Amino acid sequence: MSQPGATSQPVKAKHQRLILVLIALAALIGAALLAAWALRSQASYFYVPADIASNPPEADRAVRLGGMVEAGSLKTNADGVTIRFVVGDGKARVPVQFKGIVPDLFKEGSGVVAEGKLGRDGTFVANNLLAKHDEKYVPREMAGMSADQARKTVEETR
Amino acid sequence: MHGFANPARFLRLARSLTMPLLMAGLVITGASLVWGLLGAPAEKLQGDSVRILFVHVPAAWLGMGGWTAIAVASLTELVWRHPLAGIGARAIALPGAVFSALCLITGSLWGRPAWGTWWVWDGRLTSMLVLLFLYLAYLALADAANRDGAGQSRIPAIFGLVGAANIPIIHYSVLWWNSLHQPPSISMGKSAMAPEFLWGLLAATLGFSLLFGAVVLMRMRAILADQQAEARLRRRAMEAADA
Repeated sequence: MSQPGATSQPVKAKHQRLILVLIALAALIGAALLAAWALRSQASYFYVPADIASNPPEADRAVRLGGMVEAGSLKTNADGVTIRFVVGDGKARVPVQFKGIVPDLFKEGSGVVAEGKLGRDGTFVANNLLAKHDEKYVPREMAGMSADQARKTVEETR
Repeated sequence: MHGFANPARFLRLARSLTMPLLMAGLVITGASLVWGLLGAPAEKLQGDSVRILFVHVPAAWLGMGGWTAIAVASLTELVWRHPLAGIGARAIALPGAVFSALCLITGSLWGRPAWGTWWVWDGRLTSMLVLLFLYLAYLALADAANRDGAGQSRIPAIFGLVGAANIPIIHYSVLWWNSLHQPPSISMGKSAMAPEFLWGLLAATLGFSLLFGAVVLMRMRAILADQQAEARLRRRAMEAADA
């Protein structure tokens, strides 16, 4: 596989290739970073409440809203299947309404991604909910259980 | 490193390493997966579905690690023209593709109970799917280049380097962009994962890595054997033509 140039001046050819490849790599990484920077808003999977507050989407445009379900905000309507809760990100809060079955991991104080539309009254009407959990993994027995969780665990083992 | 430019020397080492790697890999992987299934505790929120972690995370790491190794081999191929570099990269591509596919499949199975969906087009899932497609493209390209004859491994090597741009994108996708997938649990010596899960995960990763290494050595030996057989056939054909 040796080339004429490589046999007469092996070190030089090798270094030339190394420099060329490194320059190409630097250009490639730069291009990838620029692309990622340009995509920073488009590649996001959802808007956070602060985005909705500063730049509200047109009514009836399908968007996704992600954030934390505020503790104590989850309420069930009189019909028994429609729930209302508030999604917050520490900067802004958006009330959400949803009718249907929620994922198992959907609960207050946990992450959620709601798919739907922002109504004219400022309430987000979701047609689908996805639960977003955090990066912490804690065994069930060790999880400094609250009375509520302890009761649930006991119910599950029954 | 250039000591292994002589394939006979490399083959001796590879032959003696393959079986120990394979056996240790099978034992460690098997033990850690059985422990993950029966011994590991259930997770606070996710319950038993957390056990898929012990396959999903090692598969994701090995899928990304595999392409990183292809990129290093490609650099070695392009700059130093090491005769084993292209063969190594070709050998890595298949298990890399398998582990990427395993990561996507187990992730989908895990996403249904944890998130409420089999698939979403968020940054992490999409960039991981792109990695699988890159592997499949690499396999096809390296195969075609090999059929064109020895010394044609430069195009797959360039592709291997270019494709490496996707690896940091996979890693940072959950930090740069809002995504349904959670940020990494383990970073720079810190772990947001309880030790019960962490040690099982590290053991499973070690086991799968040993299996990965064994498969790569087997495939490198197979590719070298193929090349030798082909060279012998060509020599015979030439002798026959001369006679």
